Amino acid sequence: MDLSNFFNYEFVQRAFIAGILIAAISSILGVFLVLRRFSLIGDGLAHVTFGSVAVVMLMGVSPLYITLAALPLVMISSIAILKLTGSKRIQGDAAIGIVSSIGIATGIVLASLSGGYNLDLFSYLFGNILTVTQAELLLSLMVFIIVVAAVMIFYDDLLAVTFDEELAQSMGIKTKRINMILFLLTAVAAVLAMKIAGIMLVSAMLILPPLTALQLSLSFKTTIFSSALISVLSVLCGLLLAFLLNLPAGGTIVMVNICFLLVVLGTKKILSA
Amino acid sequence: MLSEIIRVDHLTFCYNGTDVINDVSLSVKSGDYLGIAGSNGSGKSTLIKNILGILQPLKGSVHLFGQPLPSFDQWHKIGYLPQRINALNYHFPGTVAEIVQMGMAKGKPVDVRQTLSLMGIAHLASNLIGELSYGEQQRVMLARALIRKPDLLIFDEPTTALDPETRDMFYSLTDDMNRQGTTIVLVTHDTGIIGKYARNLLYLDKSVIFCGTFEDFCASPDMTGFFGLDSQHMICHQHDKAGGET
Repeated sequence: MDLSNFFNYEFVQRAFIAGILIAAISSILGVFLVLRRFSLIGDGLAHVTFGSVAVVMLMGVSPLYITLAALPLVMISSIAILKLTGSKRIQGDAAIGIVSSIGIATGIVLASLSGGYNLDLFSYLFGNILTVTQAELLLSLMVFIIVVAAVMIFYDDLLAVTFDEELAQSMGIKTKRINMILFLLTAVAAVLAMKIAGIMLVSAMLILPPLTALQLSLSFKTTIFSSALISVLSVLCGLLLAFLLNLPAGGTIVMVNICFLLVVLGTKKILSA
Repeated sequence: MLSEIIRVDHLTFCYNGTDVINDVSLSVKSGDYLGIAGSNGSGKSTLIKNILGILQPLKGSVHLFGQPLPSFDQWHKIGYLPQRINALNYHFPGTVAEIVQMGMAKGKPVDVRQTLSLMGIAHLASNLIGELSYGEQQRVMLARALIRKPDLLIFDEPTTALDPETRDMFYSLTDDMNRQGTTIVLVTHDTGIIGKYARNLLYLDKSVIFCGTFEDFCASPDMTGFFGLDSQHMICHQHDKAGGET
C-alpha cells in the first residue's frame, strides 16, 4: 500500500485531522502549564484517565464512547488537583501525585474486578490514533475552537497569571477563574491526547513542544504559535514515519518531538559557541 | 474634603494560627504619601497584600476608592510593584514591551517607549525579561506600574536592586507624581527615604505602633522605645531636611 492509497481510508483521514487538532490543543495549553511549573499535571491526569476508563468500562459503556464517558471524571479530578495545589498543607507536585495515585490504583483494582487485565484497557495505555471515532473527532474540533477562543479572549489575563499570579491578582484579574479554565481544558486535552499517544505519553504531548518553543527565546505570543507548529509537525512526521516503518504511532510522535527538542538545543549550543 | 483612597478597619491576618497582623486600621486620603516602616516580619507586605486582595483577612475590612474590596472593580486606578518578582522563570518568553503593557485596557493608547526611556531601558524593549539582570527586571516592573498612570501607587521595597542613581531618579519621579495628585504608599526598610519623601508614617510591628503625620511622630516622646532615639531622630532629621510638609 502506497501513501496515496493510505490517505484514501476514512480512518486515516480522521487520524490525521484529529492528530493535528489534538497536537495544537495540548501544545498551546502546555506553554502555560510548563511556565507555571505544572508540567506533570498531564501525567497526573493521564493516570486519572486510566482509572476513569476502567470505571466506564466496568459500567458497560460502548467502546465508541469511552473517551467521552471518561471525560467528566477527569475534569472533576483536575478541579481536585487545583483545590489541593491551593491548599497550604499540600505542595503542588504532591497534589498531582495524590490524584495520580488514586487514578492508577482505581484502574488496576477495577480491571482486576472485571476479570483480569482487560485488553481494551491496555490499548489506552499506549494509544491508537487509528481508532479515533467520529464523535472524538468532533470533540477534538470543538475543544480546539474553545482553546483558541479562550486563549484569544483571556490572552492578557493568561499572560499576567503565567508571569506572576500575585501581580495578576493586584490587577483585579480573577486568577481562580483563569486557573479553573486552564485546568479544565487541560483535563479535556489529556483525555484526547491519550487517544494519540496513550496514557503513558500524554505528558509528553503537553510538555515537549512548549519546551522546544521556549528554547527559541521568542515573545510570548510567538512562543504559543511555535509550540503549536512544532507539535503539529511532530504529529504529521510521526504518523508518516509510523506508517512507513510500521512503528507504533504514539511512541513515534513522541520520538519526533524529542528529536525537535534535541535539534533546537544542539543548534543553540553551536550558535552560542 | 479629601476623598478616602484606602480605608482599613480592624484588619487581622493569621498564617497557620499565628497573627501576622493584628487589628490594624488606617486611612489614606487622596494625594497622601504614606510611608510604611517596620522590622522584618512586622507585617508590612502582608498588610499591602490584604489591601490588594491577594491575601484574605481573618477579620476586618478594606475599602478602596470608597468601594468594599470584594466588589472593587477599578483596578486600573492602582499601580503595584511587589517586593520581588515571584520566582521569575529564566525561560519566561515575555518581552519587556509585553510585560510593561500587561494589563493595560485594550484600545487605550500608551507610550511604552517613553516610559521605558524614563527608566533608562528603552533599548531593552524587545529583550526577554527572563534574560535581564535583577536590577533591569525591577526597572521593567517600575515602568509597568507607572505606565498605567494610576491614581494610587503602591510600592513594596521598590528600589532594593537599583543603583543609587536610578534609585534617586525613581524617588524624584514618584515625588513629582505625588505633587501632581497621585496617592503613594511606600513600604521600605529605608526610614531615611520615608523621612525624605513621605508625609505620613505608619510604623508596624504586627499591630500599629504609630500612624500619623511626621510632626506628631517627631513630637512624640513615646516613640523612642520602639525605634531607638537615633532612628527616630534620623527620620525626623531627613524629613526636616527635605522640607517635608506635615
